[in-house]
Order: sequence, then structure tokens, then C-alpha cells
Amino acid sequence: MHYRSVTLRPRQASSRLTEDGRLDQEWDLIIRPETGLFELHLADLWRYRDLILLFVHRDFVAQFKQTILGPAWFVLQPLLTALTFTVVFGNIARLDTAGMPKMLFYLSGNILWLYVATCLMSTSDTFRSNAPLFGKVYFPRLAVPVAVVLSQTVRFFLQFAVFLAFWIIYAGPLKAPVRMNRAALLLPALVLVLAALALGGGIIISAATTKYRDLQHLVQLTVQLAMYTTTVIYPLSAMHGGKSRYIILANPVTPIIEAFRYGFLGTGALSWPHLAYSTLVGFGLLVGGAVLFSRLERTFMDTV
Amino acid sequence: MSDVVIRVEAVSKTYRLGQIGATTLREDFSRLWARWHGRADPTRPVGVLDGAGGGPAANIWALKDVAFEVRQGEALAIIGSNGAGKSTLLKILSRITAPTAGCVFVKGRIASLLEVGTGFHGELTGRENIFLNGAVLGMSRAEIARTLDEIIAFSGCQRFIDTPVKRYSSGMVVRLGFAVAAHLDAEILVVDEVLAVGDAEFQRKCLGKMRDVTSHGRTVLFVSHNMAAVESLCPRAILLGGGAKKDDGPAGSVIARYLGAADGALEATFAPGPGGAEPHFLAARIVSRSADGRSVKMGDPVDVVVDYWNPVPRTTLHVNMLLYADDGYCVLNTYSDVAERGSGRHRATCRIPADLLNARSYSVRLLLVRDVSHALSDLERVLAFSVQEGERPIRWFGPWPGAVRPRLEWSTVTLPD
Repeated sequence: MHYRSVTLRPRQASSRLTEDGRLDQEWDLIIRPETGLFELHLADLWRYRDLILLFVHRDFVAQFKQTILGPAWFVLQPLLTALTFTVVFGNIARLDTAGMPKMLFYLSGNILWLYVATCLMSTSDTFRSNAPLFGKVYFPRLAVPVAVVLSQTVRFFLQFAVFLAFWIIYAGPLKAPVRMNRAALLLPALVLVLAALALGGGIIISAATTKYRDLQHLVQLTVQLAMYTTTVIYPLSAMHGGKSRYIILANPVTPIIEAFRYGFLGTGALSWPHLAYSTLVGFGLLVGGAVLFSRLERTFMDTV
Repeated sequence: MSDVVIRVEAVSKTYRLGQIGATTLREDFSRLWARWHGRADPTRPVGVLDGAGGGPAANIWALKDVAFEVRQGEALAIIGSNGAGKSTLLKILSRITAPTAGCVFVKGRIASLLEVGTGFHGELTGRENIFLNGAVLGMSRAEIARTLDEIIAFSGCQRFIDTPVKRYSSGMVVRLGFAVAAHLDAEILVVDEVLAVGDAEFQRKCLGKMRDVTSHGRTVLFVSHNMAAVESLCPRAILLGGGAKKDDGPAGSVIARYLGAADGALEATFAPGPGGAEPHFLAARIVSRSADGRSVKMGDPVDVVVDYWNPVPRTTLHVNMLLYADDGYCVLNTYSDVAERGSGRHRATCRIPADLLNARSYSVRLLLVRDVSHALSDLERVLAFSVQEGERPIRWFGPWPGAVRPRLEWSTVTLPD
């Protein structure tokens, strides 16, 4: 395993000769003040894949050591939230759920939102919470947020399994009018877009919080409130035109939730332009975030 | 000619002094607002001239134009006092921070050990932490698995290897961390003061392992304050001072230069006079009856006289003095009376009795300490002197061994048959 000359740029290599008359290509690693805008060290990240997996492992082990329920907490959180929503929004406020069983409706929105929100929140703290580690050893810094997103993804699929269990109960014995259709196959793509959104947004915020600590508080509040601009607690069909519909559609998570409900419940809306918009925002954030992150990771130890 | 594996070319690093940038969004906005309206920056510190980021005066060069080469299989020590730029150089070589100017070229895999047990997690078992720590240091899972048994054996933690690390003693954690590091198979190892931890036996083990590493053709960069360790491990040393390379050559002569090059000889002045909001040293000197140039006589007591300034009434202050021999070994550590001091100038005097120090060179390190434990300033090698021996009472002229050389009371009686 060697550090490839990922920081080598052709311009530099062709013009520089070392004293012994050898070319720069002989060096495995060149540490220099400036790097190009798009040197993301992705090859490095791949080489450190074992580290990423170990981080994921650490997250799981550390979270549930000395807890009684252990991994059951993964599913209890969205389950209890969905139950609360069912009681408060469904039974007391009597919000419309587009004719779907309330529990399934809220559970579907919740596991998706919880995934994107947790990913965003925990990656946005990357630099600050890992400063002691980053100050002692080099590894591609992106490994940390990527590992966070991976472990959240595992968690999501556990929660999704619970959702499926409820789905079977409702569709079978309870004879609810839920139908799965081919759009359900979009699930991996939907999760990928959500991951891109959260990881991109998270690392942009993590880069910004090294300079502006305020953002940490702002992010918490924003994520809490942003849930209400998605269709977690009401269907998009309940929004009949007006400004609020645009606000809700502007949230790139909305089309994902809608597509998920369309695929698994047969309600909601599968809108390709809206999904394309989410994908574009997601990967735009991801690329922008990666560029910003890689520029900052070289000097952030001087400012934190 | 052996191969150059590290080439450091004119590497410099600047840090901005004081608060770095605006710390809150509000400050940045008020700065922008002021700039729009043509007013002075409201967040700039009082007394700093206007200018981009506080002007060049606010920058310090932690490293300036440092250049050197390391060949394959070489063991190179980097020495220098606190603030000489050693840590900054290490951070650049370890890719923790980027240089401001200059380049470093590296051939082969470089692994840096600025701390043992980096990334350890208390909830994980020893075994799991070996994998995590190894991966953090750049090893793959397969590489670690291959050397796992050796690592466990080296750490001496076999019995506890499946126990969470939070139940380990601190010594065990250090041993486990070093065991992982010792089995890194990087071509280049950058090692910071990691040997300062662990018990004596373990330190010997570590030193032996490091000697092993270099004898196998790998390259080691070693930073340490322990001159004895440096001399025994590294044939070559680089001396840094004030961010620049001061010397480069055989370890023995570089160390001698480092220890001999005291910045103040028998007298040193640290501040032009009283002033400022914090207590600080003013001056220090060495007084002895027969002081001559830089040497004192063994038979005379030596007074170390330290003047300091305290602007804040009722501050608990004391002076701490450490005496280092020319091989870097700390001969003694002593401190003045600890008491509340009034504002004004104070003079602390420490008398080193006659016939205590052996005949060699010594350097003095001074610390001004507030509230028993908070070091306000830490000045290394501010004074230096050598002790000359007088006439020996016995007719033997070989070198006199021993860290100290007190005249002790002896008595001899003849025992009856």
C-alpha cells in the first residue's frame, strides 16, 4: 500500500527535475502549500476503506455497550415518533393522510427524515468533534463523515425492515388499501440521493463551523424546523397550490418522501422532474462540499 | 549513494498571532458593515494598525526556509528548544497541516506517531482497538491481522485483550498503543516524544524496537528532548531554533552545540522593565564568588538570582528551576517558596551549595508559576554555566562519573580480628 502521487499535477511534473536529474514522478507523495480545486484524494479514501468500516463498527459498538435494549433503540426511535404523530397529528389534529393507515404514513416519512437529519447533524460536527484525532494523525478526513453516513444507512435499513413489517400487517390481516408498485424499486436510488444531500450539506456546514461556531446552533434549529417543510406529517396532495406548496417542493427531501410513499403505499406523487431536482441538489452539494472540505482539511488544524 | 527518501525544500509556515479571524458570524458581519460604510473595523484589537488581517506584525514564522534531505535507512533526530519549530515540522511531514510555502517530497509510505493510541475508543476491546488504531495509522485490515499476534505479545496485554480498553491502566493503554505503532510497516517513521511515556522497562523495549527498525533499512525521524535517547538512536541530528535550521550533522556535535548554545550564559535579560498585565520574568543571572567567563568553581556555592515582575496584587507566584546537564539529563528540579506576592518587582534566589554538582556544563530552565500549577512562562536554557573542579584530594585524574558530586562523610574503622 503506497500513497500514490495523487497530488502530482502534470504541469509540475514535466517541468521539474530534481538535482539528480530524476523526475518528480519518483516521489510517492508531495506535500505542498496549494492544491488544485478538484484534488479530492478519492483514491486515498478508497485506500483507507478498512478504516471507514472500522469507524462504522466503532459507532455501533460504542453506542450500545452497556445499554439494555442495545440495537432495539434503532427502531424504537422512529416507532415512538410515528406513534406520537399518529396520536397528535392524526387523531387529535385530524390531519389528512391521503387515506393511508396513519401509522404507515407517519412511519414512512419519519424513517426517511430521521435518516437525512441524523446524517446531516452528525456530519456537520466532523471537524470540531474530531479535532484531537485530526491533530495527531493523517488519514483522508472525508473518512469520518463517510463512515457516519454509512452507519446511518445501516440503521436506516433496520428501520426500513420495521416499516416493512408494519406494511405486511396492514396489507395482510388489516386489509388496508396499501399497494406496492414498481416505484418501490427506486429505494436504493432514493437513499443514495438522501445520503448525498445529507453528506454534502453536512460537510459544507462542518467546514463553515470551523470558522463560525454559531452555525452549530443554527443547524440544530433549522433541521428541527425543516421537517415541517417536507411531507413527513401531511401529504403533498393536501397542499392545494399557494406559496406553501412551492416552499415544500423546494425542500429536496420532499420528492424523495413522496416517491417512497408512492412506491410502497400507492399514494403520494412520483414526479420525475422533482426527483431530478433533488438529485441535482444532492450531488451539487456533495461535489461542492467535497471541494470545500478538501481545501479546509489542509489548514483547519491552525484555526480550530 | 543511498536514496533520498525525504526532501524538504524551503518549507515555511506562518501562524497569525492572537485571535484568528472573527469567531462569530456577527463579528464578520459587523466588519463587513463597517467596511461598506468606510469606518474602521470594530473587531480589530485596540492598538493594531489597520490593514489586512492586522498587518504583517501579527504573523509569526513557525518555520522559515527549512531544507534538508533524509536518505533511506537513516535515523535522523530533530532537536531544539520549545518553540523552535519541531512540532510544526512534524505536523507538516505528517500532513496534519499544510506548509505556507515550500514543498516536501516523500518516497515510500510515511507513518507518523505523534501520540500513542491515537483513536483508541474506551468501549472497544484491546483487540478491536488494535485494528482501529492500526487503520488510523494507515494499515489495512489484512496487514494488521497478519501481525496481530506479534502486537499482542509485544504489548504484554494478552490476558486483557478482549476487555474494553476503558478498564485498562494507563500504562497498559500506552503499551498497547506503542505495540501497534511498532509494527507499522511504513518505510518512513516519524516519531515524536512517545518514549517519554511508559515505565523504564517498556522504554528500553521501545528503544530496542526503534533500533531494530532502522537496522532493517527503514527511515526514522525522531523528535525528542531526551538527548541520551537521541544520541543512542540517531547518528545524525538537525538543530532547529526560532523556526530555522541552525545545524545539521553528526548527532554528537549537534547536541553539543544545542546544549552549549545557551542564549544567555551567566546573565540574561528577558524584558526591558516592569510592565504588562501578566507577571513575567525580568532577568536572571548566576552569581558565584569565583565566576569566571562561564565557569564556576566546584568548591563555591552558586546563586541563581531571578527577578520577576508582578502587576497584580495578591497573586500566588513561585519560581521553578530545572537544571540540565550537557547530555540533556535533568539533574534537579527545585522551586521557590510559594506565597502570595504583592505587586512590584521580586527577586528569588536559589543557592546551589558548594560541592554538589559534578564537573560538567549545565543549563538552567526557569518557570514562573501562578497558583501552584499554572506556568506563565517557561524559558529553556536561559542560563548556562560549567562547573570546574578544583584540586582533587586524590591522585587520580580520570573522568569523575556521577550525576552529582557531593562531599559525603566517610568513616573507616579497623575491625578487631
